[in-house]
Amino acid sequence: MLAKLGRRGILAVYAIIVLVPLTIVIFGSFKSTAELFNDPFMLPSSFAPTNYQEVLTGGDLGNAFLNSTIVALISVPATLFIASLAAYALSRIQGFLSWLIFGFLVLGMAIPAQTNMIALYVLFGQLGLLNSLAGLILANIVGTMPIAVFILTGFMKTIPQQLFEASSIDGTGPWRTYRSIVIPLSAPSLAAAGIFLSVIHWNELLYPLLFIQSPNMRTLPLALLSFQGEYQTNYPALFASVMLASAPIVIAYVFLQRYFVAGITAGATKG
Amino acid sequence: MTKTLNDDGAPAERTLLAPSKKSRPPKKKAGRKSPMRVHPALWLFPMPAVILLVIFMAMPTLQAFHYAITDWNGYSATFNYVGVDNFVRAFTGDILFMNAVTNNVKYMLVVVIVQTIVSLVLSLMLVRNTRGGIVLRALFFFPTILSSVSVAFIWRFIYDPNFGLLNSFLGAIGLEQFQGAYLGDPAQAIYWVALVQIWAHSGQMMVVFVAGLQAIPAELYEAAELDGANRRQRFTTITWPLLAPATAIVVAYTTIQSFKAFDLILGIAGNPPKSSVDIISTRIYTTFANTDFGYAAAQSVIFMLLIVLITVLQRRVLRLTQKQE
Repeated sequence: MLAKLGRRGILAVYAIIVLVPLTIVIFGSFKSTAELFNDPFMLPSSFAPTNYQEVLTGGDLGNAFLNSTIVALISVPATLFIASLAAYALSRIQGFLSWLIFGFLVLGMAIPAQTNMIALYVLFGQLGLLNSLAGLILANIVGTMPIAVFILTGFMKTIPQQLFEASSIDGTGPWRTYRSIVIPLSAPSLAAAGIFLSVIHWNELLYPLLFIQSPNMRTLPLALLSFQGEYQTNYPALFASVMLASAPIVIAYVFLQRYFVAGITAGATKG
Repeated sequence: MTKTLNDDGAPAERTLLAPSKKSRPPKKKAGRKSPMRVHPALWLFPMPAVILLVIFMAMPTLQAFHYAITDWNGYSATFNYVGVDNFVRAFTGDILFMNAVTNNVKYMLVVVIVQTIVSLVLSLMLVRNTRGGIVLRALFFFPTILSSVSVAFIWRFIYDPNFGLLNSFLGAIGLEQFQGAYLGDPAQAIYWVALVQIWAHSGQMMVVFVAGLQAIPAELYEAAELDGANRRQRFTTITWPLLAPATAIVVAYTTIQSFKAFDLILGIAGNPPKSSVDIISTRIYTTFANTDFGYAAAQSVIFMLLIVLITVLQRRVLRLTQKQE
């Protein structure tokens, strides 16, 4: 009985530790600075979106939102496509060479982004990819390719070999097999990996910081980082920007929670 | 789990589908044996990934080793080879780099120890798939999906020494003596940032532990209970040893995460961060931003070797823990 009470107590305390900061952001994003400092826990006196207007127009967050959306909408499917092609082949071909290619592809997981960023910056300069969304998209695809290949190869190895043997007897080529067997069968894994990649690409800070100079090319994390200096202790404005920047991921989490947990856990355990 | 099922199930069915003249392959190597003929075009499928990674990952990484032995400033047409000077400078002459390494080690120790304990305790309490357990797991996992910059903004307000939540709260309940400067206190700042990381990622590691706990067969507990083992004995003889692989994963992942806390540090302390919260990744970026490319490359090579070393060591430990079973 006592143990049960203790268990409930610990869970309640931890729930409060998680919930209080989140509640303060939601309420605080509608408050004035004075109101936030005096009554941080209270409901806001009005739900007028003043702070939201401030960051959207004054801080140009709408534009950053658009940039982030464009980047994620291209980089996530592109990573999934390229990685799933590799994962499919490497989960089916056996032998040393296949092992070697797999090893090369996943080796990148051990390389911190800070190690290749310097030469990548120089290379992007030569290719004219600095200060462009195309450069960010490419960097995202390359940066998450190793982990995506790793996760998807793990998933695809669980597809029973007989299915492929049956289709190879039918004389189906690998591209048909990829489209008609691999993709439908690995749809749940692709969804989980896609969610995992979306969270990484949406929240990516280093590459925009490295490659983007002009304010109109900023993505959300970079825009938020610049707000830190701009708004200083104007926390309500910072909170409004946090709310806007997190909204798509949070909404997706409400509906696709299973895939979030599966994808992010696979990213942790298989990485 | 599913993998072993497939491996076991495969040989019997395969002989049904495609009977071969050879006798059944030994069970142990099932799944790997009897390679089907590979369509040559299948070799093309990994090529887009290979080409991308050769050009944009492997070559830039090798290039970092090259820059590391130069004094290139990032824009001059010429540079000199300086041998190992940059490495000597990092280890002997550079207070800022050694400070970042020290901070990073402190940060790592706190995050790894506290986060592992917190996530383990939570997972033990929420292992059952009851309605309440599922809801609480979803709530505790939630901070993981927020961007580190967003998380940093929330906690900057909580830690703000003048208007912040923590100091107002302590003042309101009459504990003024515990009020502090938090991030403004150079001796403590890095630990306060570590708490933020723990807040954001304990739920994620809890999920890894829950998966590990749910994989432990319930019969083991039933048998132990029949033998009269109490709660603590059941934990030390069943749960803890069988959870070793999950623990190893959590510790490995958390260690790497605490070296990659770049976003959180910049979000909470600005760019460039003050030296009290500077870690290796942010120091490399600052060196790079100061157009000291050669030296930044040397620092980044040290960083990479450090991460590889830690990963290899942890793989060893992981293998040891799994052998114990």
